[in-house]
Amino acid sequence: MIEPGLYHMLFISTTLFFIGVYGFFTRRNLVTMLMSVELILNSVNLNFIAFNKYLWYDKMDGLFFTIFIIAIAAAEAAVAIAIIINLYRSHKSIDVENAEDLKY
Amino acid sequence: MNDFLTLMKPELVITGIIFLLLFIKLGKGLKNETMLLVIQVLLLLNFLAGFFFNAEGTLFDGMYLTTNMIVLQKNILSLGVYLISLLFADWFKKSEHMPEFFMLMLSALLGMFFLISSGNLLMFFLALELSTIPVAAMANFDLDKKRSSEAAMKMILSSAFSSGILLFGISLIYGATGTISFAELPQQLNGSPLQILALIFLFSAFAFKLSIVPFHLWTADVYEGSPMAVTSFLSVISKGAVAFIFMATLYKVFQPMHAIWYNLVMILSIATMIIGNLFALRQQNIKRFLAFSSIAQVGFILLGISSNSIQGTTSVVYFILIYVFSNLAAFGVAAAIAAKAGRENIDDYKGLYQTNPFLSWVLALALFSLAGIPPTAGFFGKLFLLTAGASKGSYLFIIIAALNMIISLYYYLRVIRSVFMDKNDEPLDKIKIEPSAKLGLMICAAGIVLVGLLSWIYDYIQNLV
Repeated sequence: MIEPGLYHMLFISTTLFFIGVYGFFTRRNLVTMLMSVELILNSVNLNFIAFNKYLWYDKMDGLFFTIFIIAIAAAEAAVAIAIIINLYRSHKSIDVENAEDLKY
Repeated sequence: MNDFLTLMKPELVITGIIFLLLFIKLGKGLKNETMLLVIQVLLLLNFLAGFFFNAEGTLFDGMYLTTNMIVLQKNILSLGVYLISLLFADWFKKSEHMPEFFMLMLSALLGMFFLISSGNLLMFFLALELSTIPVAAMANFDLDKKRSSEAAMKMILSSAFSSGILLFGISLIYGATGTISFAELPQQLNGSPLQILALIFLFSAFAFKLSIVPFHLWTADVYEGSPMAVTSFLSVISKGAVAFIFMATLYKVFQPMHAIWYNLVMILSIATMIIGNLFALRQQNIKRFLAFSSIAQVGFILLGISSNSIQGTTSVVYFILIYVFSNLAAFGVAAAIAAKAGRENIDDYKGLYQTNPFLSWVLALALFSLAGIPPTAGFFGKLFLLTAGASKGSYLFIIIAALNMIISLYYYLRVIRSVFMDKNDEPLDKIKIEPSAKLGLMICAAGIVLVGLLSWIYDYIQNLV
């Protein structure tokens, strides 16, 4: 049994980050796109915790940063969902393909 | 305690105004006209208060820092917000939720103040979020318009994505150096591959906010869909604040990696100028046109930033001061016409001079200043940016920038031609301008002329660096 180390954690967090980026670019549903952004933010949290545990265990900066990211992510999601609800009222859909009045 | 009051004065004043607005709104509530007047006076006082009782120093163990330069930058932003409250009086009076709009706008301004003053990546991130989330809500303020909600959706999603990228960059910096304080970072940076990757992530987050070219796609859509007051806030105040902190981060924190970011800034500056100009050529809608012109202007700001010198800082701050006046004047004229006549297309401006000479002259001044034609301040701003950039010695870069100024002349003058020269049998009717909007336009016009002619302003900024 291998003891999990920094590399394993970084592998997971980077994979999570790129899954989030992939989801953000391919999904057409606004709520799913928002979920992809949350994935990205969680991968960052994992990064901070891993760095704090394995490299800079005498410091607290990473842990504090994680707490703030969770709070900000909630605020951002609240505003985003309010906007999506308003978009649904005017467009009757939350598919980005339907919101295409503004174009070149 | 005394330190706290003097150093954080700009933020405390803004917070006070936000709470005051909240209480006025909760109380009996004033009529929109009186309310707008109260807000305008408060914002004017806020701008004037920026000149007194200033001090330099740091708070909270270096998380918050302020210098005379930072105070000046905050004053420029306060001035811009005051002008916005004057210029868009028409739209504000009709708006059902005007106090809330100003609360959101002042929250965003508060975020920008903290952003400019931040001395730590955590503070920086929190301030950046505080300055973007309210703007997304503001973009949705025309609640019944489809375009407004689409613009807000594009804005919140792209800003959430860019803050994700920013955070990933910050986490890599933390992993590579073990610190997030701006004061300690330069000693830890040595240009290792992980740090370069982190710099690129951070850079792309800045590029999103500043709409530098590969990341500019949201700009035109959001600018076109949002209400005009929000568009001008985004293109002037928000861009100015991010440009200030971008410059401070590159100069102070990433100074050891200067050779790397110089190339990044140079390539992106050239791309931004060229793409912004080429797309501006074919725009018909005035808001889209100003959006692409503002993208091209950011290319010039990057040119000044690339110089990495005192001259660079001075010329960028000076240019943004001029940019506040000229861009707000252009948006103010467009808003006056859109509010009364409901027209946003450049073709509709044909023969504007026959009926509305005042608006035509202000628009001409603003566009001349944006294009950089001599009697206006814009010329001096561009001149100082180019000289600052030229001090690094890559003349090809400067030549491309100068050529771009010529391309930009074409599309600015196209608007001026249709206003002054094209004959139109049915020009727009005589537009009655709100008194406060007229005052705002006059301040902008005076600023465009005077900032260029009064040379002590440039010297004053230079002495603060």
